[in-house]
Amino acid sequence: MRSSPFIRPAPEGFLSGEQIQDVRAGRRGFLAAALATASGAATAALTPEGDSAILSLPAHSKGLGQGAAARGYGVPSEWEKNLQRRESPGLTRVSQAGVSFCPLQSLFGIVTPSGLHFERHHQGWWDIDPSGHRLMVNGSDALMLKKPMVFTLDDLMRLPPVSRIHFIECGANTGMEWGNVSVPTVQYTHGMLSCSEFTGVPLMTLLQMCGADLKRGKFVLAEGADGSSMTRTIPMSLIESGQVLVAYGQNGEMLRPENGYPLRLVVPGVQGVSWVKYLRRIELGDQPYATKDETLHYVDLMPDGLHRQYTSIQEVKSVITSPSGGQLLLAKGFHNITGLAWSGRGKVKKVDVSVDGGRNWQAARLDGLVLDKCLTRFHFPWNWSGETALLMCRAVDETGHVQPSYTELRKVRGTRGIYHNNAIQTWQVQASGEVSNVQVS
Amino acid sequence: MFRFLEVSCGVAGHAFAVAALAATGIAAAHAQPFNNIGRPATPAEIKAWDIDVRPDFKGLPTGQGSVKRGEQIWEAQCASCHGTFGESNEVFPPMVGYTTAKDQQTGRVARLNLDGDAPTRTSLMKLAHLSTLWDYIYRAMPWTAPKSLSPDDVYAVTAFILNLANVLPDDGTLSDKNIREVQARLPNRNGLTSTHSLWPGPEFGSKSKPDVQGSTCTRNCTPVDLNVASSIPDYAKPAHGNLAEQSRPWGPVRGVQTAVLDQKVLPALVNTAQAAMKSGVNEQTSAVPSRAQVMPVLQQNACLACHGMDNRLVGPSFREIATRYQGKADAGAYLAQRIKEGGQGVWGSIAMPAQAISVVDAQVVAKWLAAGAKP
Repeated sequence: MRSSPFIRPAPEGFLSGEQIQDVRAGRRGFLAAALATASGAATAALTPEGDSAILSLPAHSKGLGQGAAARGYGVPSEWEKNLQRRESPGLTRVSQAGVSFCPLQSLFGIVTPSGLHFERHHQGWWDIDPSGHRLMVNGSDALMLKKPMVFTLDDLMRLPPVSRIHFIECGANTGMEWGNVSVPTVQYTHGMLSCSEFTGVPLMTLLQMCGADLKRGKFVLAEGADGSSMTRTIPMSLIESGQVLVAYGQNGEMLRPENGYPLRLVVPGVQGVSWVKYLRRIELGDQPYATKDETLHYVDLMPDGLHRQYTSIQEVKSVITSPSGGQLLLAKGFHNITGLAWSGRGKVKKVDVSVDGGRNWQAARLDGLVLDKCLTRFHFPWNWSGETALLMCRAVDETGHVQPSYTELRKVRGTRGIYHNNAIQTWQVQASGEVSNVQVS
Repeated sequence: MFRFLEVSCGVAGHAFAVAALAATGIAAAHAQPFNNIGRPATPAEIKAWDIDVRPDFKGLPTGQGSVKRGEQIWEAQCASCHGTFGESNEVFPPMVGYTTAKDQQTGRVARLNLDGDAPTRTSLMKLAHLSTLWDYIYRAMPWTAPKSLSPDDVYAVTAFILNLANVLPDDGTLSDKNIREVQARLPNRNGLTSTHSLWPGPEFGSKSKPDVQGSTCTRNCTPVDLNVASSIPDYAKPAHGNLAEQSRPWGPVRGVQTAVLDQKVLPALVNTAQAAMKSGVNEQTSAVPSRAQVMPVLQQNACLACHGMDNRLVGPSFREIATRYQGKADAGAYLAQRIKEGGQGVWGSIAMPAQAISVVDAQVVAKWLAAGAKP
């Protein structure tokens, strides 16, 4: 199962379904033998005397550990190797125009570790030297700005910054599930979702420094410096309210190269494609721009054959991250159901959980920070009887918008869409403990 | 000179800044004129970067290009990914197909309707603004050398795509003079709407009330006997690899075992290993570059855009190439020539164009490949 000489498979990793049933039933006697066969070394095992993890002191209790600054920039434990960003096979043909999904199933709280932040690239990613990076702000005509300007990173980082925690979700998140179930785990159903503290300067500040004519200038184009020079029309209402940031910081450090180093736009509540990476130019204009990624892609096909253009807001949504598809419950009894809720229209007000396929719902506990356009963590206590169960969660945001079921969503938008699928997710727990992705009707 | 400009404009901008920063909740202490930060953009700088073209064709450079010339550029630089007729679905979604002469009259593509659902949605089925196509080709194409086409090249390529979609005749030409007339023939020019609740703000006359609303029911909301309408079939379960290795192997849950050993891969691995042992006798292994030495060459020459180390992208993976030519006495020289001159037919229908790579670089890559493309 694994090649690392330092990592031993957990028993459940190599037990058969029957053996797992034995474990669940309390018949654990064969475990020691199974472990010895599989690893031949110091993995914990129960004997009549007790737990070998207690009875035999491990090396780290009997030796000298490593010194300070052994790693100048720390990395996750060797034992966390299973947590990786992963591509969904067959989703895109070329990884430079591809997606990697965040392993939501194993994360805690609301902040995504920067190295696990989901990726979406349009023409490959770069590690750009900040000293040569420039941001230009100009107008669609000579009168739109009093003074078109150029800013260096030195300039931008001298300006008073703000830091805010926001989710970013690709418009196509859960897009593979519009018609039917197609991917196995929450990493692939919902993993084009991450949440970070971003630090930067309100775009409004820069527009004002340039003497922007906001009576005529109603649309803003953001443009990247990479090969695709990604362009998107950015909503003026969010810029004027000060929410849109020209950001360089992410979770206390600089942005990661895969996420736009050294400069990206932060457009809270709006789909990720508008958070233009490697931001090089802002143009203020009097017309929308109908760029490739708001005309040919990121348009929502409706049942009447019309495409919705400039769909931007990521609407109220939630998902149970554990237990979730592709996982296995090891025992009957208590389990903490946990997940994430978010809304591009504001704060999450409430999350309900159902364990019977949506027939009955109970309020979950919202844990920790509940912020505007930000992931919110919820928990729900559950005693699993060992019977089949259908787990669901449903979020309501502060505007009163309630997350819809697939039936409710498809009634209006059909099944042919790619973007803005915010339907309620169902995970089926089977008697074996295996959890899988299903849709119910 | 910039300094003088800045002072005068900085004062003018000050009043704006104070008002807006107060509105955004930033402390008044920060609401100061930001003296000596940033500088005016020069006209040449704006010209160099301001390349966007809007639906009203603002920003469109003057120029023109014929379908015929577009075809030549297409075959040399576009067809390897998009197919000779823009129909290929191998690398990117297909460009053309499923639009009709009637669509050109109505401006709505009928196959986008529910009852006419096409097997795929091509770019021309969705394209509502000709500016979108022109702008995107100019800024981002071709795939490995974006921004290398001149405006006339872009007019020509755009003309050729429109010809493939029967919007322009074989002897047609697209220019800044006739682009509005051609726009009026786009099959899906009336196929977009901006009136919905997913744009924050009044600019499109959008509705603020969401079009879909869930239920807040909490008791006896659905029938007791729910039907599982969709689930992943057993045969598709290993498609995403071994899920047991994608969750933490301790804690409240585990990942489910889904991996199966791919019997097709094993013989290939064995062959590679055997061939590597044989080639070690024939080749001067001391002169074989390492992957670390080859990587910068692969990156500089954009080889990685089409070839993965172990996975097939547009072209075969380096591993596949190495496996195929392993142990052949003249593999190094042959591969160097192939890299330089390109080719077609060995690995499928997608051609590899001739490359601007230097002879020395081509030889370095070829030598590494011929010796097994080792890490």
